[in-house]
Amino acid sequence: MAETRFQPARIPGFAAIAMLAFVALYLPIFTLVAYAFNGGTSIAVWEGLSLHWFSKAWANEAVKSATLRSLVIAASAAAVATTAATLAALGTTRRAGFKGQTFIYVMINQPLMVPEIVTAVALLILFGMVKSWTGYQGLGYLILAHAAFCIPFAYLPIRARLEGMDLSLETAAADLYASPWQTFRHVTLPLLAPGILAGAMLAFVISLDDVVITEFVKSGGQDTLPTYMLGQMRRAITPEVNAISTGLLGLTVILLTAFFLLTRKRN
Amino acid sequence: MSALEDQARARSVRNAWALSAPALVILAVAAVGPLLIVLVYSFLTPGKYGNVEWQFSTDGWLGILFTRDIFDETLKLADAHLTIWWRSVRLSLLTTLFTFAVGFPTAWFIATRPPRARGFWLFLITIPFWTNLLIRTFAINEVIRNEGLFNTVMIRLGLFSEPLRIINTDAAVLMGMTYVYLPLMVLPLFAAIDRFDMRLLEAGYDLYANRWQVLRHVILPIVKPGIVAGSILVFVPSLGAYVTPRVLGGGKNMMIGNFIELQFGQGRNWPLGAALSVTLLLITTAALLFYVRAANKGGNGHG
Amino acid sequence: MIKSSDEKRNGTGDGTRVNEIAIEARNTIKAFGQGGVAVRALDDVSVEIRKGEFFTLLGPSGCGKTTLLRLIAGFETPTSGQILLHGTDITHLPPNKRPVNTVFQSYALFPHLTVAENVGFALKMQGRPRAEVAQTAREMLELVRLGHLADRRITQMSGGQQQRVALARALAARPQVLLLDEPLSALDLKLRQEMQVELKRLQHETGITFVFVTHDQEEALTMSDRIGVMSAGKIQQIGSPREIYTRPVNRFVASFIGETNFLPATLGPEGARLSGGEVIELATPGPRHGPVTLTVRPEQLRLTPPDEPGALPATVTDWVYLGTDTHVHLQLRDGTALVARLQSNPSGETDLTRGGAMGVRFAPGAVQVVED
Repeated sequence: MAETRFQPARIPGFAAIAMLAFVALYLPIFTLVAYAFNGGTSIAVWEGLSLHWFSKAWANEAVKSATLRSLVIAASAAAVATTAATLAALGTTRRAGFKGQTFIYVMINQPLMVPEIVTAVALLILFGMVKSWTGYQGLGYLILAHAAFCIPFAYLPIRARLEGMDLSLETAAADLYASPWQTFRHVTLPLLAPGILAGAMLAFVISLDDVVITEFVKSGGQDTLPTYMLGQMRRAITPEVNAISTGLLGLTVILLTAFFLLTRKRN
Repeated sequence: MSALEDQARARSVRNAWALSAPALVILAVAAVGPLLIVLVYSFLTPGKYGNVEWQFSTDGWLGILFTRDIFDETLKLADAHLTIWWRSVRLSLLTTLFTFAVGFPTAWFIATRPPRARGFWLFLITIPFWTNLLIRTFAINEVIRNEGLFNTVMIRLGLFSEPLRIINTDAAVLMGMTYVYLPLMVLPLFAAIDRFDMRLLEAGYDLYANRWQVLRHVILPIVKPGIVAGSILVFVPSLGAYVTPRVLGGGKNMMIGNFIELQFGQGRNWPLGAALSVTLLLITTAALLFYVRAANKGGNGHG
Repeated sequence: MIKSSDEKRNGTGDGTRVNEIAIEARNTIKAFGQGGVAVRALDDVSVEIRKGEFFTLLGPSGCGKTTLLRLIAGFETPTSGQILLHGTDITHLPPNKRPVNTVFQSYALFPHLTVAENVGFALKMQGRPRAEVAQTAREMLELVRLGHLADRRITQMSGGQQQRVALARALAARPQVLLLDEPLSALDLKLRQEMQVELKRLQHETGITFVFVTHDQEEALTMSDRIGVMSAGKIQQIGSPREIYTRPVNRFVASFIGETNFLPATLGPEGARLSGGEVIELATPGPRHGPVTLTVRPEQLRLTPPDEPGALPATVTDWVYLGTDTHVHLQLRDGTALVARLQSNPSGETDLTRGGAMGVRFAPGAVQVVED
């Protein structure tokens, strides 16, 4: 019976291609992770399971400082971007359309539309000028650059959450003697919190992953984990890079899983 | 309208700008503003040790396609530059085509799963989507490099006597870009197919269409906005790709992104790099505008 | 401050209470949209709502009843006119400073708070001590018989339970006026009837002025002390349920509340003359003369043998069996169609035949003159 059932949505070959696509997506990643656990020094020959390269990477001062720097930049940039994005989302949603609204949208989404390499050289030029004027060489440039391109990623989930929010809840709060500030503090903000957290997590992941802009903006000795890895790839690659990648990959997967759980809850 | 209501409206607009201001300032300083500086730099003269001399020149712009003969100062089409442009466009178009060929069946497969399983398959696509581009490029490198998984397996099986050299070729860059940008094609296609009313298929078959005709005359026209969106989302970053060609293409198989970097490094021709950047930005913007127009025309589903 | 709760809630002197005005809307106009396309949701509405009464605003959707409620709550400001609370102008007072609370149509319960936290919200906002907030929340939940569910999440509650939480929350701060915006519309019939009784009980126990908005005429008739019937942004009639039903002032009120028959007639000294020539005596002959519309409820019609003196000759066109009652459709000689509502005959309507002749009589005093 089952074989003769008419299945209009089934197109021959599609399922096979899809399966191949999933294998092709994950096989390289699994290979990369597997080699991270390789005991030998070569990345070509499998010499038994070992955590050797993880401990080697962990002992490497350059990796340590790059990791720390990546986390500091990602946390700072995510904090700045999420704050700015939350305010912007509150400003641009749930009010009558106004002149200039499109301008704000275009501005906020601009980092999504410009090729990274273009922004990277633009910031190289600008920050180069500022560096020579002020003499300041710190992490501020990277944090500012990262905050800028993280804003649209933080903005989207927050805005979505705001638009899905029942306006009558805030009306109800006002009816129950809450001042505008109390309404924001006790109703809007708690209801918005999952969206803000989701936005912050996306911003964090995006900042953590950035290569191109960081590569152009960083001053000497300001390698982040990705730029450190990019530098390593120019030389003979050891499984140390696999180990670092695996660590970064694990962190991303954890954050994304949390993000999905957070955003799914609202339905 | 009473004056009070007008006041309330004006206050609302003021609040909107005040709340958006921090984000706008950050973006103006670190994203939009610098682009104007790039435009200015593209009209200056290169400095001897990098950077620029503040002297007006159109050489940066001419350099996009031409080169000045060292001896008689005449302009000639620069073969090397043309090769890089052509490689960028060709590889980006091929990447778009390949991701579509693989991505459409994949998106269709996901969208026709039962609702519970759908979330799982979609999650499998989203994980690579959010995973570090560099790591994914490195991962594909693990498969295709000379001592990588592919060659090792082939030699072990005795199919190859020596490794097939894929790395540092255009093919490697193409494979890499198809791999890293596949999720960008699948996600919008999925969104479009997910909205597609499957009863239309029954209607199509009922009206004597065969599978191919249903695909050609019913499915593809209706999910076209998703196809356009996916194609733009793949084409635009492919054209500006920097990491993938650098890691997989070696030094020689440059794309426009690497060519731009070269001008700010060893090339020491910042105006040319700036002009190339502006050109890339213009092409990208044109593609996005085309997308916006196509989406507004065809896709009433998801304005 | 206005926010203090009223001191005479449990006053026994009914005489003084009846005349005290809790809420007054004075010549309120509310226009939406701008310039030439502005629509008047409220068109010069004036109404006085007495202290301690159950007042219902009744009308079809879009008649302006919810807009009037929102003006009283403070969610909207009128384009012109005033809202007064116990004689004080509160037109421009923001909602959080009005001793008026609302039960929302969608309930608008805070999903991130527990049931008890929802109920205690208003007192918390007023900065009352934590113990008092908790105590009052408990009392209020007891009042709506949900004491055992205080720590539940809102999402774990059924529609009927959410309705009770919304009520408890709005009553917790002892408002001077409680506004209810179609609060029962989302409930099924059985729950709705239960809640109607419940609301009446709560109103009696608390003595708070209730302003209730509904489009359901039956709900309005069963619950209200007085009803304001609204249509097209205007108040059409204000009165007790009986007045509204038995003495509608115009065609809209007569047809919106219950079923009714309309008969065109001409007023003269002897009574109302139908176009067929028959004369109907009116209990309260109006001063007017000339063409008018008469209205009479279907249950006020009696069928008689065709030749009975004084009865209007009519033809039976059809009848519909409705269980307890049967609707008999009739036609008068001038073509006017009438419906009579009779108690069903257990053995069938054997005396009726389509096209058969019948006489029609109206119960004394049942015929009303209405404006068009």
